[in-house]
Amino acid sequence: MGARHFGARVTRLEDPALVAGHGRFVDDVKLPGLLHACFVRSPHAHAKLRGCDARTALAMAGVHAVLTADDLPEPMRATPLPLLLPNPALTVARTQTALARDEVCYVGQAIAVVIADTRYIAEDAAAAVIVNYDVLPAIADCRAAAEEGGPSAHSDLKSNIASTFTLTYGDVDAALESADYVFHEALWQHRGGGMAIETRAVLAHHDPVSDLLTVWSGTQTPHIGRRMLADLIGRDLESIRMIAPDVGGGFGPKAIFYPEEAVIPAAALKVGRPVKWVEDRREHFLCATQERDQYWDVGIAVDKEGKILGIRGRMVHDTGAYVPWGIVMPYIAATTVPGPYVVPSYQLETVVVLTNKVPTTPVRGAGRPQAVFCMERLLDRVAHELKIDRAEVRHRNLIQPEQMPYEVGLIFRDGKPLVYDSGDYPRGHHQALMVAEYDDFRERQKAALAQGRFVGIGVANYVEGTGLGPFEGVTVRVLPSGKVAVATGATSQGQGTRTTLTQIVAEQIGCRIEDVVMTIGDTAAISQGVGAFASRQAVNAGSSAHVAGVAVRKQLLALAARALGVIDADIDLEDGVATSRRGNKPSISFGDLARLAQGIPGVSLPVGQSAGIEHTAYYTPTQAAYCSGTHVAEVQVDAMTGGVKILRYTVAHDSGRVINPLIVDGQVQGGVAHGIGNALLEWMQYDDNAQPLTTSFADYMLPMATDVPTCAIAHVETVNPLNPLGVKGAGEGGTIPAPAAIVAAIEDALTPFGVHFAETPLTPERIVATLRSAGAYDRLFAG
Amino acid sequence: MGRQATRVTVNGKSYARVVDARLTLADFLRHELNLTGTHLGCEHGVCGACTVLVDGRSARACLMFAVQANGCEVTTVEGLAPEGQLSVLQQAFIDNHGLQCGFCTPGMLMTLTEFLRDTPNPSEDEVREALTGNLCRCTGYAGIVAAALDAAQKLRAGAAKPGAS
Repeated sequence: MGARHFGARVTRLEDPALVAGHGRFVDDVKLPGLLHACFVRSPHAHAKLRGCDARTALAMAGVHAVLTADDLPEPMRATPLPLLLPNPALTVARTQTALARDEVCYVGQAIAVVIADTRYIAEDAAAAVIVNYDVLPAIADCRAAAEEGGPSAHSDLKSNIASTFTLTYGDVDAALESADYVFHEALWQHRGGGMAIETRAVLAHHDPVSDLLTVWSGTQTPHIGRRMLADLIGRDLESIRMIAPDVGGGFGPKAIFYPEEAVIPAAALKVGRPVKWVEDRREHFLCATQERDQYWDVGIAVDKEGKILGIRGRMVHDTGAYVPWGIVMPYIAATTVPGPYVVPSYQLETVVVLTNKVPTTPVRGAGRPQAVFCMERLLDRVAHELKIDRAEVRHRNLIQPEQMPYEVGLIFRDGKPLVYDSGDYPRGHHQALMVAEYDDFRERQKAALAQGRFVGIGVANYVEGTGLGPFEGVTVRVLPSGKVAVATGATSQGQGTRTTLTQIVAEQIGCRIEDVVMTIGDTAAISQGVGAFASRQAVNAGSSAHVAGVAVRKQLLALAARALGVIDADIDLEDGVATSRRGNKPSISFGDLARLAQGIPGVSLPVGQSAGIEHTAYYTPTQAAYCSGTHVAEVQVDAMTGGVKILRYTVAHDSGRVINPLIVDGQVQGGVAHGIGNALLEWMQYDDNAQPLTTSFADYMLPMATDVPTCAIAHVETVNPLNPLGVKGAGEGGTIPAPAAIVAAIEDALTPFGVHFAETPLTPERIVATLRSAGAYDRLFAG
Repeated sequence: MGRQATRVTVNGKSYARVVDARLTLADFLRHELNLTGTHLGCEHGVCGACTVLVDGRSARACLMFAVQANGCEVTTVEGLAPEGQLSVLQQAFIDNHGLQCGFCTPGMLMTLTEFLRDTPNPSEDEVREALTGNLCRCTGYAGIVAAALDAAQKLRAGAAKPGAS
């Protein structure tokens, strides 16, 4: 065997180009004759459109076209964008048209697009397009929107409720009626946006010679995007190529198919020249999908020992003006609450409500941070009320490893029963507490308090369904040059997909890592693809890479055996060379084998040999892969300013077998940073008329280097029995429990004042306001 | 639209152009000179992805007009090392997993190049403080901080490759 690649801390193949400034992002693509687009967007959260006057704009030098809905091709002109994830519980399955026709329902909704010589001119001209509006009442608060009699988010709808569904198992009513204790919590959580540092971007070019429409998009899902575009523009799939080149962060919002991805290709066809649109940051705040508000009213029933008997509640979810991804996010939230705990009975009624804000779709964590916040706040409450240590309460309720596979009693979003495939939750919990020196914390806290410092600790656990289907594919092909071409429908926005898939393929076929040539995010490279979301690529594409690698290994061995006159079992594949262990150890290079595999024109191939050395595998998971983890946050709170400093942060994480620890640690650390943003900083604010108020990085706070400590990360590897690599997803676990752990720690730090927190983000002003209401300042100033 | 002659030295090479007065330095670098390593993340001076060195000091290329750089020496990420080589800091980013999507990376590298030049023996806190003008959404900063400290140590030890900054 050659060098072990799987499991090795391999530095990333992506990096040399990126650190040298030689990345290729959409805005870096230059084409002759390129024109630039700027969208005319609604300044109103809700209005009827009463015509559009583009004469001034069209008269400006350098302006080529101003397109409105009527200028778009059929069926895009009047057909709403496809609903990607239908669900029977979705009663109002409303999506937007590429350009608004009659009514706009959120600030930033696209109405027209200006095509000009430069972005500068396009922006000037967009400002000169006059749109006439009849402004309608807008609804901003999802709780108010759920009530009857208020403004409708869409003028033709009588109710703003897009969906109501109840998930339940066990006799929860009996549990709450007969329990020793029932505690209620009213929680508000807000998630903010993806806020990738690269904004969205689309470039479209139609080549009249080949009739190929090539679209570069900063998307997580080019194959899905191509399919949607083909439907909207009335072209065959094969006449469209969508490429996601280097993409500067995704985090969920780039998984959506957006109006701009339909309009820019239509514009390129219309004007007969390549057209590029690059979203500016303000547009990203207005138009890129977000997660936003959920309001939970929940009760937990426990016995005297703090053992959970049941959880019952209601959750209201703000879905914004449309539902491009259906009810996937509230559904995930509703199925994530039980998490790693034995919850004998459960019921959650979920109400999904339309508002006049940009739609919500998954952002890193996708409903799970809210669910975990709910569960963990309830457990902290139980610990507080029953005077049991917070970690001990959790310990008493954790599912035990011998209970695996564990059936929760719900149907997950993959359509399959929620069955945890594997995991050792007590081990992860214990390991995190050990690394965090939890047992010594009360001493640290006491010492800090003696110095007038308020420090606290919080613990949170989670289970996350990752690796969702339907499939992902990988083609492995050995080239006559000796290089190994690998193509996948998986995509990369920074996850190191190229590196991990290369490791898996190299491990199987015995080639050098540097000889793998990878094509990612290009619909021309592989016929079927899905893309990046739901921490799915290591499971799906990783398994496909493994299966394809195993198949190509067999082909290499068979060819080499024939060429070298030995049996397969006597051949080693290493560093791109097949070598016999027999005789004088003859060898043949992969390149020469690839030439042999081409055969001779007119001559039949030997029996059993297929064309070339090549295999495509599409791995189709039977269900989600459930990863898990425990986070411990230790914080210091400045009671006077409400400032929170995270002193140490510990993660124990089980993502199954680790393909590359460097990359998995990076995913966890980056995920925690996102969770810190959710816990303390990020709040996409709107006024009562649904006008966005935080539309720059000066108003909307992202975590900085001084906000995020370097985490202590422990890997707990339990092998996933359901896929050939034994892996589970790793991309979102860092984010999911972070708000729960951090808010718990803040509350713990402020125990002397008896305050309770039930919301995220927990900003300094909210902390100060809560302390003030609790009379903390009277005491602090008196003392 | 007012146009103005401007002469800028970028990565040691002199360029004379007549440009729109309102053209930002970032767009000038990216689209006039095709130096697309300088990235734009917010265009309002917060994210720091567009950071370049102007006469040796870090500057937001999105908040400067190209004509303001008239007569100046500008260094971009492409100028940190000779073609085909990497600076000690660039290599440290690879070794310490200091990047994921790589979009903020050029700005990080420019900020830290200036910082390590002026502060050769920084503490972790000083590195973090220096990075507060650059946002990264992917990494959680740990790898970037580690890379900066690693590069500082190597630069101090005089392990710099020839030509590296």
